[in-house]
Amino acid sequence: MFLPHTDADREAMLRTIGVDSLEDLFCDLPDVNLFPEINLPPGMTEIEVLEEIQHIADANETTGELISFLGAGVYNHYTPAVVDSILRRGEFYTAYTPYQPEISQGTLQAIFEYQSMIVALTGMDASNASHYDGATAVAEAVNMAYHNFRGKRSKVILSPGLHPHYRETVHTYVVDSDIQLEGEDTPFDAGPEALIPLIDENTALVSVAYPDFFGRVFDYTKLVEAAHEAKALVAIHVNPLALGLLTPPGEFGADIVTGEGQSLGIPMAFGGPYLGIFATKDKYVRKMAGRIVGETQDTRGQRGFVLTLSTREQHIRRERATSNICTNQGLLALAAAVYLSLLGKNGLRQLAELNYHKAHYAAQQIASIDGFELANSETFFNEFTIRCPKSAAELNEALLHYDVLGGYDLGKSYKGLDDHLLIAVTEMISKEEIDHFVNALKEVSNA
Amino acid sequence: MPDLSTSLKVEPTVFDISSPGRQGHYFPKSDVPQTNLPKGFVREDLPLPEIAEVDVVRHFTRLSQLNHGVDTGFYPLGSCTMKYNPKINEETARLAGFAKLHPLQPTETVQGAIGLMYELQEWLKEISGFTGLSLQPAAGAHGELTGVLIMRAYHKARGDEKRVKMLIPDSAHGTNPASSAMSGLKIVEIPSDSRGNIDMDALCAECDDTLAGIMITNPNTLGLFDENFKEVCDCVHEAGGLIYGDGANFNAIMGISRPADIGVDVLHFNLHKTFSTPHGGGGPGSGPVGVTEELAPFLPGPIAAVLDEGNAEEPPLFGLINPEKSIGRVKAFHGHFGVLVRAYTYMMMLGGEGLKAASEHAVLNANYIQARLRDTFTIPHDRICMHEFVLEGHWDDALDIHALDISKRLMDFGIHPPTNYFPLIVPEALMIEPTETESKETLDVFADTMIKIAEEAHTNPELLQTAPHNTPFGRLDEVKAARELVLCCWFPEDKEE
Repeated sequence: MFLPHTDADREAMLRTIGVDSLEDLFCDLPDVNLFPEINLPPGMTEIEVLEEIQHIADANETTGELISFLGAGVYNHYTPAVVDSILRRGEFYTAYTPYQPEISQGTLQAIFEYQSMIVALTGMDASNASHYDGATAVAEAVNMAYHNFRGKRSKVILSPGLHPHYRETVHTYVVDSDIQLEGEDTPFDAGPEALIPLIDENTALVSVAYPDFFGRVFDYTKLVEAAHEAKALVAIHVNPLALGLLTPPGEFGADIVTGEGQSLGIPMAFGGPYLGIFATKDKYVRKMAGRIVGETQDTRGQRGFVLTLSTREQHIRRERATSNICTNQGLLALAAAVYLSLLGKNGLRQLAELNYHKAHYAAQQIASIDGFELANSETFFNEFTIRCPKSAAELNEALLHYDVLGGYDLGKSYKGLDDHLLIAVTEMISKEEIDHFVNALKEVSNA
Repeated sequence: MPDLSTSLKVEPTVFDISSPGRQGHYFPKSDVPQTNLPKGFVREDLPLPEIAEVDVVRHFTRLSQLNHGVDTGFYPLGSCTMKYNPKINEETARLAGFAKLHPLQPTETVQGAIGLMYELQEWLKEISGFTGLSLQPAAGAHGELTGVLIMRAYHKARGDEKRVKMLIPDSAHGTNPASSAMSGLKIVEIPSDSRGNIDMDALCAECDDTLAGIMITNPNTLGLFDENFKEVCDCVHEAGGLIYGDGANFNAIMGISRPADIGVDVLHFNLHKTFSTPHGGGGPGSGPVGVTEELAPFLPGPIAAVLDEGNAEEPPLFGLINPEKSIGRVKAFHGHFGVLVRAYTYMMMLGGEGLKAASEHAVLNANYIQARLRDTFTIPHDRICMHEFVLEGHWDDALDIHALDISKRLMDFGIHPPTNYFPLIVPEALMIEPTETESKETLDVFADTMIKIAEEAHTNPELLQTAPHNTPFGRLDEVKAARELVLCCWFPEDKEE
């Protein structure tokens, strides 16, 4: 399959090489189970494969069929047709990292525009070309802060409001270093002020989320002030869609902004691929890992773009590089660039407000049911936490009979929150569907 | 405004074509009562562009036309396996039954998706000989980091804390040293011998009780299968070290040899190389990690598993599990699922025999080009190569010509240059990987072009030094980019300044 060789081609090529058979080309391999029997299903044609895989896809119940209030870092948003139409252009998706800028200006300029729009959105000075996802972006922020102080500050404070998967990823990344992680066990309902007493002269980074995992929107100005007083850095993790409405984290004085770009028109696709956003201030640009595109000129005087500051990277600095990242999320950064260009200033604001209003309507309706109560009084965007009269697991199971994916059971990630549901509402959910959810909740909580 | 050239080839940025009041996409009016916007948290300014839909489409379409991709032409970029990306992969990955799944849905609603992950795990294990496998790592370098963390965790779990030394041959991939360093290991580089193999004396001298392991790229970046491979594995294993295999070059050995059978303990796959998922202009990749039985308990979770075998009436029940001594997550959720669907589609199309044929023809194509260029270029290690080979892009009688000039001149003929200046151990290296999906005609055009360029290098060197000529852009000034550091467009808010 996908081989253009005819028998005549093969014979002529073997003759030119000077061997008799294809097997002769593998003379250097050790004679241990050489040419093994590979026990895979026999190859198939496109018609057969598509039928088979359609079958597998049909075995899933999707958020198209179920009414989904699941968020927890991944959101059910609409992807405008234009985004995928551009992503499907072979010139974009069958190219690789733009090592040869003369024939890669498409990718390079698109990434440059992506970087610019991330800067606009976050209120920072510079963005890289992406990390794998929100989790690894946060882990890279920890790495960057640690190296910024040349390893002399070893404390990193993680807010309990950071996504549990992100915190787990950070733990995995730092296991063999002398970095100590603190703060995760501060009471989650105490807010960012609870982290301030932990900041000291040994603190490299304070890492928080905006909105946080519970959906809460905090003003981090005081936390940033306290951190900067101790000369520590602050990284704020964002949902970029929320920044269509909310004050950009740059205004709180963040040194690093990370984000999960999935909410910018990228399908949920059962967990990925998504987009790790990473932006920082000018003075830390050289400490930032990952690819960066910069503007320049060609020999003909035309404005053009290249990968720049590559002396920071693994292929030049080898083991002295602070990160090994190479392939990143190029095509997803393109998706975000197309999405943000399309919605633009007014579209993104309109969408953010739509999410805000729908989530607030849902929160009010649910909180008015007997036994249900909004668990936090803080500002929220499109996601909120509800204290329920029953265990969240039980409610979710019952809701499935109403074709509703109820929300994230916070007990799975936080001790003592078994009766807390994290509920997200996006533009994909209508008022009728919210009302259906509310009625279902009434029924299942009384059952 | 920046000084834009009048050249048609320069596409203005999205900020340049923005006009206040335009919008490319609209959402329905809210059907719920309005809530007051949050006091003190509403941003005052959102400096994003304002563009009509048609102009967004034209802008990005024009940008795409400035790119060279596998769909555009030959792309023999060594070490990157730029094979044809089947269109059917793009269809299956976008099926609503996959694209519209939330990763945290109850497992009973996503049995198809987890089942697909499980089967892909089994297939990758079958073709590599490993016992355990995690699909979570997001790219090759991420798989390397995962593998190294597993090796560290394994040694520590045995109470063997002093193993902090990682050996890396000078013919290994560029990301290997950084991946090891991220895990706090001390790197020792091992030289190659005169045949391009790992130098056994240098290797054995480092094999002591502080050895964590070795990271081997085999076939190596010279495109050669290490003739000492078995001895290397024995030497490292005897010292208590582990063998990390960089699977970036797996396209040479599918159905030919299984890494686990010949001594490798951990290996990452690059689904975006070997298994035809697109490179996307620099990602997304996917870097699953396979391991031996001893190391399987340390894999990152979640891993797809059969929770209940099922029977004649009931299908098996799939679920996601965490290995008992897992190093933990290396990213959020279950890996790049969309990429996994593409790789699964490809493996299903080819089957076992087809994968073997792919590797055989990848090696055939590389050897064919090598044979055709042997008389014109210096090939530092002239042996049967695997799926790629390295030649020297310079001549003693044309000293002003460098590998870079040859690369840039190739663009004039619609060919993407090979990887240049890598591996570092070959002067003026050009690393050529044609892949199996290229026809003899394409390979002949490439070889003829290389021979013609070699001739030009001697008769008209300036033609190479000033190349490319037929591309929309000439050589770009990288020094200026690094010195002036413009990383961001001009914004409308800067207008007054």
